[in-house]
Amino acid sequence: MPVLSEELRNRIRAEFPKYPDKRAVTLPALHIVHDALRMVSPAAIVEIAELLELHPSEVSDTMTFYGFFHDKTPLGKRRVWVCRSISCMLRGGEELLAGLCNRLGVKPGQTTADGSVTLEYAECLGACEGAPCMLVNDECHMNLTEDSAAELIRK
Amino acid sequence: MPEFHPVLLARIDKPDSTSLAGYQADGGYAALKKALAMSADDVQKMVKDSGLRGRGGAGFSAGAKWSFLPKNHLGPIYLAVNADESEPGTFNNRILMEEDPHQLLEGIAITCHAIRSHTAYIYLRYEYGRSYRVLDAAIRECYASGILGKNILGTGFNLDVYLHRGAGAYICGEETGLIESLEGKRAWPRIKPPYPAIEGLFRRPTIVNNVETLCCVTHIIQRGVEWFKSIGVPPDPNNKRDVGSYGPKLYCISGHVNKPCCVELPLGVTARELIDTHGGGVWKGRKAKAVVPGGISMGFLSASELDTPLDFEGPGRAGCLGLGTAAVVVIDDHTSMVDVLYNCCRFMAHESCGQCTPCREGTDWSTRILDRIRHGKGRLEDIDLLLEVANSMGIIPGTTICGLADGAAWPVKNALTKFRGEFEEYIRAGRRSVKPADELMAAH
Ligand SMILES: Cc1cc2nc3c(=O)[nH]c(=O)nc-3n(C[C@H](O)[C@H](O)[C@H](O)COP(=O)(O)O)c2cc1C
Ligand code: SF4
Ligand code: FES
Repeated sequence: MPVLSEELRNRIRAEFPKYPDKRAVTLPALHIVHDALRMVSPAAIVEIAELLELHPSEVSDTMTFYGFFHDKTPLGKRRVWVCRSISCMLRGGEELLAGLCNRLGVKPGQTTADGSVTLEYAECLGACEGAPCMLVNDECHMNLTEDSAAELIRK
Repeated sequence: MPEFHPVLLARIDKPDSTSLAGYQADGGYAALKKALAMSADDVQKMVKDSGLRGRGGAGFSAGAKWSFLPKNHLGPIYLAVNADESEPGTFNNRILMEEDPHQLLEGIAITCHAIRSHTAYIYLRYEYGRSYRVLDAAIRECYASGILGKNILGTGFNLDVYLHRGAGAYICGEETGLIESLEGKRAWPRIKPPYPAIEGLFRRPTIVNNVETLCCVTHIIQRGVEWFKSIGVPPDPNNKRDVGSYGPKLYCISGHVNKPCCVELPLGVTARELIDTHGGGVWKGRKAKAVVPGGISMGFLSASELDTPLDFEGPGRAGCLGLGTAAVVVIDDHTSMVDVLYNCCRFMAHESCGQCTPCREGTDWSTRILDRIRHGKGRLEDIDLLLEVANSMGIIPGTTICGLADGAAWPVKNALTKFRGEFEEYIRAGRRSVKPADELMAAH
């Protein structure tokens, strides 16, 4: 039984015409798989490599450079990133992160027991005018308090 | 000086600022029509004559960079749009993309004509989800109405624009790291030369430009060279290497101010004016102790240096690395510079790609030394040790492949020379300022 459905494969193939070289589809393919399956397992890497006509180690080499992709345990339903860089730190970003860790009962990088939330720290999210801020998946939320952040995560 | 009217941000508060119809109603894509009626060389010449310098951090002349492309190349030539914006404190590219995507697309199309490229990739940091959706919709609108694709605006010019999302790594903003990443590899910056203009993406001639730079191109074509040069700061006659700092610039203001924001002003405004007039002053009635002039890589201005003009030359005269991204971060007088510097060093240690030993080890050791100091276990010798590490890493001492290491060293150099007394006092008093979040992140 393959890990990647025909639908996922077709979405990856649809990226090919944009580039002169299939290797350039590595990041797009990893994103497609990671979004859908909440992780990129070693078996998925082999299948991606097959589609891109690469050696699995080439895909894995690229993937592991970007701390972004989970390869061992699946992400929670929501991935929450709290910014810890300078502008957010100056306005309470680190307290926000510690507070959310407390409320969710996880450390940065961990997923809640019910699998609903993975909490992580992030470097500058490019939303410093709204510090402290966080991403829920790829939606940015600004000017947070611990309460408003917890509310957004629950929603 | 004539009154300044923003152009880059002129449309962002309009309700339909992102739609093609709204953009065209405001005269959008007239500059592209004008450019397509001109020869590529004439468009290049206009941009060169305008004195436009890259807004991505290095301040290199855009026209000069384009002129490095091989002549009569059979193609393909690529444009890689640097939308990886990740320098702490910086968010102007995000606002341009989220609020006025067609202004950028028009700049991209004009630039592609000028450099004879038929394919542009926008390398967009993953975290900019809203930018992605807004740009994606804008690109679709353009294809549907003949502004992108084959035979655009009936001129015979073909252009494809593709969005490519990154995966959360600062080093993808370095132009050759970006190219490696786009090719599907680790974002390891390349040794130069060859520069991308000669051999870049997919081993073809490639121009890498920042989002704001490309947005400026649109207005230079529309309003002319004289208009652009009437804004900003002419070259200092006593400095032969200064080519001037022309045009409008987006300044980001964040940290300890009452009104963090992004404003468009003529290049050369002072840090003090940004803080007091545009940022609403330092928060809680406090005073600024230190100000980051252009993203943390550029180092710090001290309170006595706030009248430094933030043009391409000013921060350098105050001992900073440069103007960088013109992202101003204000640090109030209740904040410890030890904590601020630790935050900068930790960022760089996290983002160093690890290829060069001085950068990989230097960023890590400076973070560790500062961590030790913040645990109340610092020694006075640590200050000189940190300086020694900082002075040994970067392109400027000639030990690394890319400029990340200089950007990591500069905040250390500036903090320890401009605020040395504060570090000594912190260490002598055995202060401790680690927070619960530090311990949580360390445990991970
Ligand atoms: C470590 C590092 C990170 C960089 N990050 C960015 C970035 O996020 N965005 C950007 O436009 N330029 C960034 N640059 C500068 C690029 O290498 C390049 O000079 C720039 O994109 C060229 O565009 P411009 O001439 O229009 O400014 C970075 C440089 C270094 C050394
Ligand atoms: S200077 Fe640092 S970030 Fe740049 S290539 Fe070397 S190790 Fe990588
Ligand atoms: S420092 Fe947090 S968004 Fe920039």
